[in-house]
Amino acid sequence: MADNREFFYRRLHSLLGVIPVGLFMTQHLVVNHFATKGEEAFNQAAGFMGSLPFVLVLETLIIFLPLLFHAIYGLYIAFTAKNNPGRFGYFRNWMFVLQRWSGVITLIFIAWHVWETRVQAALGAEVNFQMMENILDNPFMLVFYIAGVLAAIFHFANGLWSFCVSWGIAVSPRSQRIVTYATLIVFFALSYVGLSAILAFV
Amino acid sequence: MSEQKTVRFVITRQNAADSTPYEEEFELPYRPNMNVISALMEIRRNPVNRKGEKTTPINWDMNCLEEVCGACSMNINGKPRQSCTALVDQLEQPIRLAPMNTFPVVRDLQVDRSRMFDSLKRVKAWVPIDGTYDLGPGPRMPERKRQWAYELSKCMTCGVCLEACPNVNSKSNFIGPQPLSQVRLFNAHPTGAMNRDERLETIMGDGGLANCGNSQNCVQSCPKGIPLTTSIAALNREATFQSFRNFFGSDHAVD
Repeated sequence: MADNREFFYRRLHSLLGVIPVGLFMTQHLVVNHFATKGEEAFNQAAGFMGSLPFVLVLETLIIFLPLLFHAIYGLYIAFTAKNNPGRFGYFRNWMFVLQRWSGVITLIFIAWHVWETRVQAALGAEVNFQMMENILDNPFMLVFYIAGVLAAIFHFANGLWSFCVSWGIAVSPRSQRIVTYATLIVFFALSYVGLSAILAFV
Repeated sequence: MSEQKTVRFVITRQNAADSTPYEEEFELPYRPNMNVISALMEIRRNPVNRKGEKTTPINWDMNCLEEVCGACSMNINGKPRQSCTALVDQLEQPIRLAPMNTFPVVRDLQVDRSRMFDSLKRVKAWVPIDGTYDLGPGPRMPERKRQWAYELSKCMTCGVCLEACPNVNSKSNFIGPQPLSQVRLFNAHPTGAMNRDERLETIMGDGGLANCGNSQNCVQSCPKGIPLTTSIAALNREATFQSFRNFFGSDHAVD
């Protein structure tokens, strides 16, 4: 890496995690929630998203490239840490460790999820309610999807907290505590949206 | 007469910088108000281990003996702290002593903390006033700001925050919380602020500020109660603005 690029890469990593990747994930979970309104509603919503004009350009710029950078640089960050929650069992240190673990779990989950849906769609399969119903019919996949979705939501919510600190938005201990509570609400709210959608396919 | 009370120590030792560490146990007669240093001095006076074998005295660093120099820092029962203020009465036994091996171990409990002093030089943790003529008095500092800055100036370069930080290790080049908070201190000084942008540029370089992962172990561990994570977050904000100034250009380089 070129000299003195680290600051830029770190800040880019932090920014991309929220905009666009975090926003896309939120949008994705909300669209999934149509599944609770029945097969037809979900198929209509998924069909609308899939048939947006310039969908490939949008996907590449808003999802694939930012996600790829965030994932690869994130792995580098995760594996340069020497986690020590055993010696220092403080709340924030646990969040630090969980942020790295949830990031790795999310990466594995997303890789599989993209293969199973987006890549299959490119190969000619149709992404619809039926497809998800078939996938989640397998109890192992159901657990895998729940774990993956929860890991992704945790990673996003806790990442919002670090975003606020890394950009100097939350500076004082009190402001950081308030952001902790705010991101906790984000975690539970998105978990409700995500899990109710998954369970709608079962 | 009842049996005499004793104190047990398990000490991680190492003969030289590159030799393999090993543990050695010691048992000493208890005395009231003992601290870890007085126990180490007792072992030095009579270097015999728990098995009754004669051994070498233990090497460790110390200087002020009142928690202001930072030299005697080590891991005591797993937590980095100063051995001068580690009172035996308040510690669970056996008391486990180990070097802070985030730093290069010199011998036994003695480590080489020079990376922190190098960092202070890197970030210019001083107020530059040297010149060829008398510059006169500097701008006044508001008293309440001085009181606030005094808390940051309590840093004794002990290394506890670096030992606690998960991002300071052999795989990373992170300089750690200690020099970062000093940047905030010297950037807060009215004369020091005249070189504010230089210090910010340095910590925006590789191994700098951005490597902080916000585990916040440093602020929990600092023996002087320095608000290290507040300093880091405040510097993050400064660095955000500085990066905008660098990119877009600005006529507010230092003010």
